[in-house]
Amino acid sequence: MRKFDLVVLGGGPGGYVAAIRAKQLGLNVLLLESNELGGVCLNWGCIPTKALLKVSEFKNNINKFKDFGIEVNGEISFNIKNVIQRSRNVSKQLSNGVKHLLKKNNVEVIKGFGSIYDIKEEVILNVLQDEGSNIKIGSKYLIIATGAKPRLIPGVDTTNDNIWTAKDAMVPKSIPKSITIIGSGAIGIEFASFYNDMGSNVTVVEMENSILPNEDKEVSETAKNIFSKRGINFLNNSSLISVDTSKNNIISKIKSNNKVINLDSEKLLLAIGITGNIQNLGLEKSNIKIENGHIITDDKMRTNIKNIYAIGDVTQPPWLAHKASHEAIIASEVIAGLKNVHILDKSSIPSCTYSYPQIASIGLNEKQAKDNGLKIKVGTFPFLGNGKSITMGVSDGFIKTIFNDETGELIGAHMIGSEVTELINSFSIAKQLETTEKDIVNTVFAHPTLSEALHESVLAAYNRAIHF
Amino acid sequence: MPVFIKMPSLSPTMTEGKLSKWLKKKGDHVAPGDVLAEIETDKATMEIEAVDEGVLFEIKVDEGAENVLVGATIATIMEENDSEEDMMVSESNSNSESNSNSEGKSNLEGTNNLVSIENKNKNTNIEYNEKKITSDLPLDKTTSEDRIRISPLAKRLALKNNISYRDIKGSGPYGRIIKKDIENFDNLKETFDKNLNNNINSEKNNFNDVPHSPMRKVIAQRLVNSVNEAPHFFLSVDCNISEINKIRNQINSGNLKISVNDFIVKASAKALENVPKANCSWNENFIRYYNNFDISVAVAIDDGLITPIVRNVESKGLGEISIEIKDLADKAKKGNLIPEEYQGGNFTVSNLGMYGIKNFTAIINPPQSMILAIGKAEKKPVIINDEIQISEIMNVTLSCDHRVVDGALGSLWLNKFKSYIENPSLMLI
Repeated sequence: MRKFDLVVLGGGPGGYVAAIRAKQLGLNVLLLESNELGGVCLNWGCIPTKALLKVSEFKNNINKFKDFGIEVNGEISFNIKNVIQRSRNVSKQLSNGVKHLLKKNNVEVIKGFGSIYDIKEEVILNVLQDEGSNIKIGSKYLIIATGAKPRLIPGVDTTNDNIWTAKDAMVPKSIPKSITIIGSGAIGIEFASFYNDMGSNVTVVEMENSILPNEDKEVSETAKNIFSKRGINFLNNSSLISVDTSKNNIISKIKSNNKVINLDSEKLLLAIGITGNIQNLGLEKSNIKIENGHIITDDKMRTNIKNIYAIGDVTQPPWLAHKASHEAIIASEVIAGLKNVHILDKSSIPSCTYSYPQIASIGLNEKQAKDNGLKIKVGTFPFLGNGKSITMGVSDGFIKTIFNDETGELIGAHMIGSEVTELINSFSIAKQLETTEKDIVNTVFAHPTLSEALHESVLAAYNRAIHF
Repeated sequence: MPVFIKMPSLSPTMTEGKLSKWLKKKGDHVAPGDVLAEIETDKATMEIEAVDEGVLFEIKVDEGAENVLVGATIATIMEENDSEEDMMVSESNSNSESNSNSEGKSNLEGTNNLVSIENKNKNTNIEYNEKKITSDLPLDKTTSEDRIRISPLAKRLALKNNISYRDIKGSGPYGRIIKKDIENFDNLKETFDKNLNNNINSEKNNFNDVPHSPMRKVIAQRLVNSVNEAPHFFLSVDCNISEINKIRNQINSGNLKISVNDFIVKASAKALENVPKANCSWNENFIRYYNNFDISVAVAIDDGLITPIVRNVESKGLGEISIEIKDLADKAKKGNLIPEEYQGGNFTVSNLGMYGIKNFTAIINPPQSMILAIGKAEKKPVIINDEIQISEIMNVTLSCDHRVVDGALGSLWLNKFKSYIENPSLMLI
């Protein structure tokens, strides 16, 4: 039986980062992946959807050609087959990239499904390889980085061609005439934005009374307004009761504000969240602590079982690739015995939605801050007051910043508008460096840039905005 | 723009101070370097100098005002080009500032402005003096010169909660002090305070806990340092001061009053001059021998003590020494000593005779190597030339740092001292 210092289960943005970091620290590492390297993020999540949404952005830009004085003779059309192919190629390219990174770092990778076989002095793993053979591997430490899969609704059969999960929505054979999307989180909204731009009639069903319910209320409301104007229908305080698949179209029975309505659409997309990949891992042999389908860890990513760690989507929220990668670094450094390992501050993890317009946020929103009893200062600056936005013809949206009134600590930042998923990182750095409002006020922002709006929103929090 | 003069922070722990004196009055023309006012801190009175030229437009804090918050505006100077309007605008800003203070919203505005003012006036006397004060504290020496790595937020939290962050170990990158470190420290303090309160409750308030004054902290640090580092030994001898009293009777019939202590200071310097090996201090890699004879005199003041220095005693007459000691003691009691007047010195005299103490041992005042503890002079029968006479006898005890002063050397010095005291005319030579 081959023995390793560390075996990483899963090669997504958590697992492959953990393996490379552990190797950098001199550990003898094995990475087990039963599917493509890069995980859901790279193959069926973040990356391919961004490639699709770039097409959506082109579409919106083309709509503005006339405003910018561009004339096109003839028709511009989209070849959905090629659009999807490009998205797949991007994923493939990056998955290959991960393969090379692992090779470059001399991380051994075995393609196969690993599960816990026995736990003694060390962890014994069974690896089921593609050809059906089983091998046993021993390891001092184990990192579970198996990720997650879409959460399903009992009674709603996703094997039906017209009932999709995110993965199906990434590779449509054609653009559906109509689509009902259950869930208005980042995934639901991104697909709503994409399919709406591609010409589908989109209806989004959300249980909460606002869309993007994790975002700041003002951002959610603005997003809903903008999306509604662009033709997306929203049903808030609504949930899916049952699905009728007997007709050509899907008939979704929706309970909406105490009424029951039937929604008729070509496709139904379930985007109500994810659940951890904890099945068939042999976890029952270890009494590992699990809550709501996700493994519980401490802030050093240790589970309740000695020498077994867990990172990324299989653990507690937020379920984001960048959070998984950070946890990967923590787990590997703790296993390697490093001192002063940087512990992840969950209030400093940015979250992004790549719809059109984009939405990005970090830290607490206004309601959360108030619920926490914080005395806050809030500043909002609309992109309408930002020169660069006007030149780009994208003046929708705003940036909102929240500071602790007593200490000047940056509590949260919330934005909606063009390229805000790039702007949010300024606030990530600011939060990590523990800047106060003074430091941001004193920072020189280049002109003309969208980032100036960020500066102005901080000024606005202290009643000092210049440009609005 | 009008310039707002703020209450300066003279040490990391200072939160408020006393405005002891205005040296300029409203309407006076001021030039850079002019002393505007005197601020009283734990040990000293510091001067605030004008950095800009202009007219002292308004004095906001009256002379003698105590507990003036660090960062509070104490005066405004109007520059030549300032219009009345400028003044109005700035004043309303500054008012809103002080309003927010009084409402207890936060005093951050004030501190922030102070910081920016300090930055702007890098070379002002305030900064210079601040350095001097801290450099006198041996424990602060290294830290005050090193840059302290602290996040802006942590720094603000520390200032807000009155935490001296210099001694906090940072857990951020490169030892940077971050928010968590300040919060942990604050929690520790809170727990400590809570325990203290619990104890108080359980013991039915049998005591009061008074936070350390900055001076108390310095005294504690320096003396613990001295006891821990300098191996003390003590030499005691009786001195007959009959001759000194005879001379004093002659001198004191005039206007000038000379005390026994003045003789002791002079005799200490003369003895050091005669035993130069004892005029020294221990350093890590060398022994420093001094060529001057600066004698520190311990003066009790409210809630502590301070040791002002009579410099170059060897070249001064008794009258001069006497006047200087009176002057220094007076300043010390009023808190008006400037750092130069209490920093340094080669040897210390500590006299508890006036409290009726017969003899005692004193702790050396580092980096000095000896301190002389003076007891009360008493009339005693003594045998001189086989006859019993009544003489006034004073017991003195010398504490020596054994790293540099051995028993024989200390004894040699003490005998020299005794011979000067008993034969005061030798001091004239």
